[in-house]
Amino acid sequence: MDLEFIISLIVQIVMIGVIAVALMTAFAAMVMVERKLLGRFTLRYGPNRVGKYGSLQIIADMFKLFFKEEVIPGHVERTVYLMAPGLALVPALMAFAVVPIAGAPFTLPFQIMGTPITINPWIANVNVGVLYILAIGSLGTYGVILGGWSSNNKYSLLGGLRTSAQMLSYELPMGLAMLSAILIVGSMQLTNIVEFQASYLGGFFWLILVQPVAFIVFYICALAEAGRSPFDLPETENELIAGFSTEYGGMKFGLFFAAEYVHMIVVSFIMATVFLGGWSGPFAQQAPFLGIGYLLIKVAFILFTMIWVRASIPRVRFDKLMKFCWKFLLPVSIANAAATALVLAVLFF
Amino acid sequence: MIKEVVTSSTEIARAMGVTIKYFFTKPVTHQFPDEPVEVYPRFRGRHVLKRHENGLERCIGCALCAAACPTDCIYVEAAENTDDERYSPGERYAKVYTINMLRCIFCGYCAEACPTEAVVLEHDFALAEYDRWDAIYPKERLLEPHDASKVVVVRDDEVFVNVSRWGKK
Ligand code: SF4
Ligand code: SF4
Repeated sequence: MDLEFIISLIVQIVMIGVIAVALMTAFAAMVMVERKLLGRFTLRYGPNRVGKYGSLQIIADMFKLFFKEEVIPGHVERTVYLMAPGLALVPALMAFAVVPIAGAPFTLPFQIMGTPITINPWIANVNVGVLYILAIGSLGTYGVILGGWSSNNKYSLLGGLRTSAQMLSYELPMGLAMLSAILIVGSMQLTNIVEFQASYLGGFFWLILVQPVAFIVFYICALAEAGRSPFDLPETENELIAGFSTEYGGMKFGLFFAAEYVHMIVVSFIMATVFLGGWSGPFAQQAPFLGIGYLLIKVAFILFTMIWVRASIPRVRFDKLMKFCWKFLLPVSIANAAATALVLAVLFF
Repeated sequence: MIKEVVTSSTEIARAMGVTIKYFFTKPVTHQFPDEPVEVYPRFRGRHVLKRHENGLERCIGCALCAAACPTDCIYVEAAENTDDERYSPGERYAKVYTINMLRCIFCGYCAEACPTEAVVLEHDFALAEYDRWDAIYPKERLLEPHDASKVVVVRDDEVFVNVSRWGKK
């Protein structure tokens, strides 16, 4: 093991830590922003009592969750019950690993023991990045279904089953929407996808322009995957109490809660990367930090629309949810992928 | 199917249009303790036991208010005035006078029943207590209302339509 390898390993671990912490912070901020925005959408102010404009509400909420008594009901399957929240959160965080947050690697202005340190703007540049995202995305289902099953409670089990059915069904059109994008780029590596979008049309060859249908399908599936309204069947308060998380309290519930929001944030990053040109934008190639800014703006826009949708559209019924997925989204995405393939074949071969 | 897609998309677009319109309008929330609430002149809030100009209590301990009260939340115990201890102009005064604010429905019957206009419902409505026993107001508290001008503002605009104009446009 040479020095260079060790240093790059350390840099990598630090990077993972930074991203994980950043995502958790984003989760806390997101909860706050969502409450504020939902308030404004419904002609309220949202939380505004703790701190200036309610800015300390996040901290108050976190304190509350952390200091809640840890209650483990007697009738649960202990090990699985305790594992499930983690199983829900970790895959949500992991999916972020392949997202490139800027264009070029960044070299620190100093050296450690004669070795220059370069920081890659991604954690792992997997060459099957898209497959990785889809695979990790389906792992998140385990947390939900195990949480529901181990709670030993009919409502939780039903909620868990329902949620996993929903997540698994919506994965299909999601994958097919991704496929339409991949067909055009010709690579599953997310860095390649972004570079492809940055290299035509003066850096604005965003895939949403050529694949609007795929984008819409992906967006709907992303809402369903993250359990967002109008597909928030996991927490149908009015029929299933709180679905799979009924028996959870304190920080264990907090982890499920975090999983939902991290899922939503990460999926927005993926959407921005695949369809909205990721970090690309004017001068992003030269100044990597500009790229981060562009990416964050795009992600913020997607997150805003997600909250907007939540404020506008009521929850769909479960049978309609399934019907919509299998009888509408799936055929549409198949047709879209087939049409893309056909056009590409006619144009380039 | 195309028709269904078109109609449902327009419906969704309309719904989102409505919400975004409200996003840019000012919230209707009333920031209560920071902004005072406007009430109408005849708003019935917390009771006050009035005094005469010379400082004597108007209440003569007749307990008509207690009799009129539909929720039985007034308790009056009368005693005789003496020349050394004079509380009200007449013969008797209310030695004990309590109102249970948790039971009161603010109907105003007590004020209507009172022959001397001693009990009056004023405009203060911020009646929360930390201890529920504190919600039973003794006579001392009823005689001295705390200043509610920070939370309550009485509207002085013309809010009542003259009876002669009823039914006319
Ligand atoms: S307002 Fe009505 S309920 Fe309240 S004390 Fe007077 S009579 Fe009783
Ligand atoms: S408040 Fe009026 S009605 Fe009630 S006891 Fe006193 S004088 Fe009589």
